[in-house]
Amino acid sequence: MSNSVRSPEDFVQVPDARGRFGDFGGRFVPETLTQALEQLEAEYESACVDPDFQAELGELLRDFVARPCPLYFARRLTEKCGGAQIWFKREDTNHTGAHKINNTVGQALLTLRMGKSRVIAETGAGQHGVATATACARFGLPCVVYMGEEDVRRQAPNVRTMRLMGAEVQPVVTGSRTLRDAINEAMRDWMSSVEDTHYIIGSVVGPHPFPRIVRDFQSVIGRETITQCQQRLSRLPDLVIACVGGGSNAAGMFYPFTPHTEVRLLGVEAGGRGASAGDHASPLTYGEPGVLHGSYSYVMQDEDGQTCDVHSASAGLDYPGVGPEHSFWKDSGRVEYTTCEDKEALAAVEVMARTEGILPALETAHAIAEAIKIAPSMSQDQVVVVCLSGRGEKDAAEISRLRGEI
Amino acid sequence: MTKVDDRFAELRAQNRKGLVPFVTAGDPDLDTMVEMIRRFDRLGCAVCEVGIPYSDPIADGPVIQASYTRALEKKVQLKEIFRRLAEVAPEVDIPVVTMVSYAIVFRHGPEQFLKDAIAAGVSGAIIPDLLVDDAGPMVELCKRYDFALIQLVTPTTSEERALGIAETTTGFLYYVSVTGITGERTELPAVLTERLQWLKGQTDLPVCIGFGISQAEQVKHVSGIADGAIVGSAIVRRLAEAKSPSDLDDVEHYVGSLVEALK
Repeated sequence: MSNSVRSPEDFVQVPDARGRFGDFGGRFVPETLTQALEQLEAEYESACVDPDFQAELGELLRDFVARPCPLYFARRLTEKCGGAQIWFKREDTNHTGAHKINNTVGQALLTLRMGKSRVIAETGAGQHGVATATACARFGLPCVVYMGEEDVRRQAPNVRTMRLMGAEVQPVVTGSRTLRDAINEAMRDWMSSVEDTHYIIGSVVGPHPFPRIVRDFQSVIGRETITQCQQRLSRLPDLVIACVGGGSNAAGMFYPFTPHTEVRLLGVEAGGRGASAGDHASPLTYGEPGVLHGSYSYVMQDEDGQTCDVHSASAGLDYPGVGPEHSFWKDSGRVEYTTCEDKEALAAVEVMARTEGILPALETAHAIAEAIKIAPSMSQDQVVVVCLSGRGEKDAAEISRLRGEI
Repeated sequence: MTKVDDRFAELRAQNRKGLVPFVTAGDPDLDTMVEMIRRFDRLGCAVCEVGIPYSDPIADGPVIQASYTRALEKKVQLKEIFRRLAEVAPEVDIPVVTMVSYAIVFRHGPEQFLKDAIAAGVSGAIIPDLLVDDAGPMVELCKRYDFALIQLVTPTTSEERALGIAETTTGFLYYVSVTGITGERTELPAVLTERLQWLKGQTDLPVCIGFGISQAEQVKHVSGIADGAIVGSAIVRRLAEAKSPSDLDDVEHYVGSLVEALK
């Protein structure tokens, strides 16, 4: 599979009927969940061709989420870097401040369509939790959000927001008390509640059909970016950069670009404290293919198949796995992946805030740091688009704490 | 025919039902695992299920999950588990099967896993996150190595799927009593009997019921409709609380009372 030559169409026509992106993806879950996953797949297929569903989703994205979000030219940052023009796709201007809401309004509509009356979700940084709580409040659906205890601490503002939206936030005290354990707990809840509950997963991870559904709902990012580039620049960008934890903002940004092979795509993983095991959260860079959370993809595992503890200063990237489509893109060479360390991301937050007056999320700052690094080596007529996946108010307190530490 | 198939054929010939106790490999330690296999054998249990600790077990409730976490904190590894199982295998008649996540099987390579398991005297495996839809290659491998692949049927499984699962299962069918995770429950669903009767009408495979079973009463009830009862969390909890060798006697006594309930 690896290094095989693929045509541009190959990237559009995934996953296959078994939920495989090349060899990656699939469905590795207990039998109990099969029926719900099959139901979700069938409902999603029918929603895709239902004009009423699409119209309702379109209206929600326009009037509730506030899309399309701007494509913004970062003039001062471009001048400071002295190379390629840096543009930002402003997902931070969405309702609730990140790209996560694109997926949750879509999946909330699917919940209603399936006749289910309760929603569960996991969250790392809390952005997906807030976006799920918000979509559920909008439709009057009861919502339980599982969140690692460590993340409850470092993302306290989002916990308060979720509770104001009427969601129940359930701190998870098992394992590393971060995103991975939150997913485990949400899955366990779903094992018992699957008949009346929908699990709104927040990234392009998990068993089929989740990686496809989340990618599709997030692809509005890349589609709008293409349209906006054509309108504003009369051309596509030379380079598109996005941060990758589970990989939903990157998948949504990259997927529409994959057939445009002249556009270079770059995903940035969390390099944490460095390249040693346990110091980063970069499975595409340092991991190997394996099974985690219902899907076959790159993962940080030990020689026995046990998932490793990982580290990132950003709660949203602190995850040992990654969406299967990213693994497919990596092995096929369509997308390049690199890492950015905690300290580089923290520095990028400050540069971005002081140069452009935009406070990015710590997750997003990984992509910005990479743009700042690369832009000077490119010519002034070249264009870099960075997915500004979320805003950073949630991180302000944690960043102050980290700056005293790092 | 695997050793598990033989064991259930034997039980059937004697018109008896089987108890399938579960023990976590490495919680509280591997010595306890070995000792409990000996005791389960002595009590006349049908099959012993050994749980291979996994870092992210989504089908397991708090008791087994915590047990896996404790075992992994002590750095228990598959190699060492198999070494200890190989040691006890010649002493006992009871077939041992592993409950193991596909993440672990995949990491070792399915064929290597089977070879190592067989060398350790293991007769079969339950791989709860390997669905029948993707099990094809594993089914073939298990057939080739005469290794039981015990698959699960749950309350949410359609009849059509259940037939497909039964077709590729060897050893016994694992019927999950509830829509949920492992753990002790006071009540089992009323529709269980009905579903079991249908399933038993479709296949000659032995069917054992697991999830939620801990009391002699439940074991008795289950043995009326199935070929055996699987008891996990209740044993794991007692072993975790065991402080001295005499506490192991209490666990043995408890399991013995469940075996009695089957008679």
